[in-house]
Amino acid sequence: MNRQRNPAGAGPLARLRRLEIHGLGAVGRAQNAPYLLLLLILILVPLILPSLVDDGADGGVWVLLALGLNIVVGYAGLLDLGYAAFFAIGSYAFAILASGQFNIHISFWVLLFASALIAALFGVLLGAPTLRLRGDYLAIVTLGFGEIVPRVVRNASPLTGGVNGIIGVDQPHLPPILGWNGNFGFNPVPFYYLILIIIIVSIWLINNLRNSRLGRAWMAIREDEVAAAATGINTVTTKLLAFAMGASFSGFAGTYYASKLFVVVPESFSFQAVSVVVLVMVVLGGMGSIRGVIVGAILIYLLQHKLLIALPGWIASAVAALNIGFLNNLDVSGIVQRSTYLIFGIILAGIMLLRPQGLLPSTQRKVELELGTTDEAVSDLRGSA
Amino acid sequence: MRFFVQQLTFGLTNGAIFALIALGYTMVYGIIELINFAHGDIFTVGGFLGLTVIGLLHIDHAPAALVLPGLILVFAAAMALNGLLGVLIERVAYRPLRNAPRLAPLITAVGMSFVLEGILFLIKGPNQVSYPNLLPSGSVNLGVASIGIGNILIILIAVALMVALNQFIGRTRIGRAMRATAQDRDAARLMGININRTIAITFFIGSALAAAGGIIYGFYFQTIAFDVGFRSGLIAFTAAVFGGIGNVVGASIGGFVIGIIIAFVSGYFQGGGQWSDVVVFSILILTLVFRPTGLLGMRVPEK
Repeated sequence: MNRQRNPAGAGPLARLRRLEIHGLGAVGRAQNAPYLLLLLILILVPLILPSLVDDGADGGVWVLLALGLNIVVGYAGLLDLGYAAFFAIGSYAFAILASGQFNIHISFWVLLFASALIAALFGVLLGAPTLRLRGDYLAIVTLGFGEIVPRVVRNASPLTGGVNGIIGVDQPHLPPILGWNGNFGFNPVPFYYLILIIIIVSIWLINNLRNSRLGRAWMAIREDEVAAAATGINTVTTKLLAFAMGASFSGFAGTYYASKLFVVVPESFSFQAVSVVVLVMVVLGGMGSIRGVIVGAILIYLLQHKLLIALPGWIASAVAALNIGFLNNLDVSGIVQRSTYLIFGIILAGIMLLRPQGLLPSTQRKVELELGTTDEAVSDLRGSA
Repeated sequence: MRFFVQQLTFGLTNGAIFALIALGYTMVYGIIELINFAHGDIFTVGGFLGLTVIGLLHIDHAPAALVLPGLILVFAAAMALNGLLGVLIERVAYRPLRNAPRLAPLITAVGMSFVLEGILFLIKGPNQVSYPNLLPSGSVNLGVASIGIGNILIILIAVALMVALNQFIGRTRIGRAMRATAQDRDAARLMGININRTIAITFFIGSALAAAGGIIYGFYFQTIAFDVGFRSGLIAFTAAVFGGIGNVVGASIGGFVIGIIIAFVSGYFQGGGQWSDVVVFSILILTLVFRPTGLLGMRVPEK
């Protein structure tokens, strides 16, 4: 049999072949340079841009949540509308075991992993009976779970402090180094470095996971569950692992979040405050693309916590500068302030309408699944098989 | 017994509202497989539209003889306007994404939900707004218990709308087009059905029914706020799934059943009010575990 390769090295199929040969995970050193530069800048932020540290420390939680949800939604293709539940479980697990609530004070470093495990355990508990459901039915189960957890937390006041939550959650401690006493307290700088390290390790882990046998199984299920099952993938176990791993990331995030914030209250874990926002970050950034979801998370965080808060002030000063008669009599800044919901909604819908694939969609998915499916001649495929 | 009837009436009335919202969810999901997150807020807008019509025509101060025609006018106007709003949202936010990745319209739906809530917040502010009750206030004595005429009217209006909808879908040409589009959009197109128009009509009907639900909500609770659609929408969605999503009769039954469950949990258990939503969502999960397609849903063959 003539197995000569198609000599014309152009076309999408050839591109796919090149990727196969060189390996998708192995990127050249030159390609890494921008990332290393970015990392250097991020490390230096507390020295050069101290005003950004607190936002970095707070926004990092959302990056971590988006990375975790991306495993479930982006890789395994399971729509999770109740991600807030696992975040809440992680936060409360830490807050209960490291606060004055029961006078238990277990170390942050132990609980960082313990609450991730607890969140993963709940992921398995929820997933085991329901993961055989398909598509949107699973989404509805997660939606229900996401509604149950904050309500249980609010009602089970002896354990969780009820509506008032738990105040006085412990902060991490490290042995003193380099003249720093090792107490995190309310100092955002160590929190910033901590979340930076967690995120970098997570990216490394998720990147390896994606290219592993398990990661490829997730994507096979995402594209066609029946075909994936037919090739011998145990779809239930594979989906369960995606669920558990996604949940464990929000457990990490929950521990950090509770500790950084010093308090946990049930309102922080509502559908609209977390589940929807993180899903928007993932879909808007680009499902299945690590770069995409990070960009999505940062963008939405800045939009919600910076732009929409600063906007009324900007508009008011713009109006004052313009000094147009009738505008001066209107409470423009007040109107803008009350329109933040509206503006957020318009921006969300607008970006999605302009870029339905997300801002930075997964290039791997595009190369593997979309190119070569349309305009490749059948003879071309046969010649290379 | 008196307490039982009282809770049952409360449950059925509340359930009628859930059922009217659930119909919109189930119809939209049935036809384009989209969880229309904006639907709960469309319900709220419908309630406010009714309030505006009442205010413009001063129906709350009208002489008794004019109340019934006024009431019909309020329902008709608010339902028509809200139906147009639903069509507009579909046109702007969902239709352009019909062939996009599945989650894209879900996100625009979330965006539309924020937009509607934002508009209501901007115009009506964050507080509860009082709502006149135009339904007659007397009650019927049944011996063991008495039932408010208002409750009976609410249930009758809701059931009448549901029967009308069911007849419309089952017997008319447009209804048949809707069923065909839901079953296989491409085949329906090949049969000469105008898909865009059919989907627009689905949104119109769903949103109009939500407006009816919104007005009834206002009459019953005599108050409305910009964010009431969120919880009601979520519970109505549960009702739609419970009944079998895509199934109109199922959504109606689901709405009533969920309403009754909430009423009994809050009525019969100490502190049950704060646990009623937990019970509802637990039932939702258990339903899906043991009967994934809901009460009346059909098993769809796997592709």
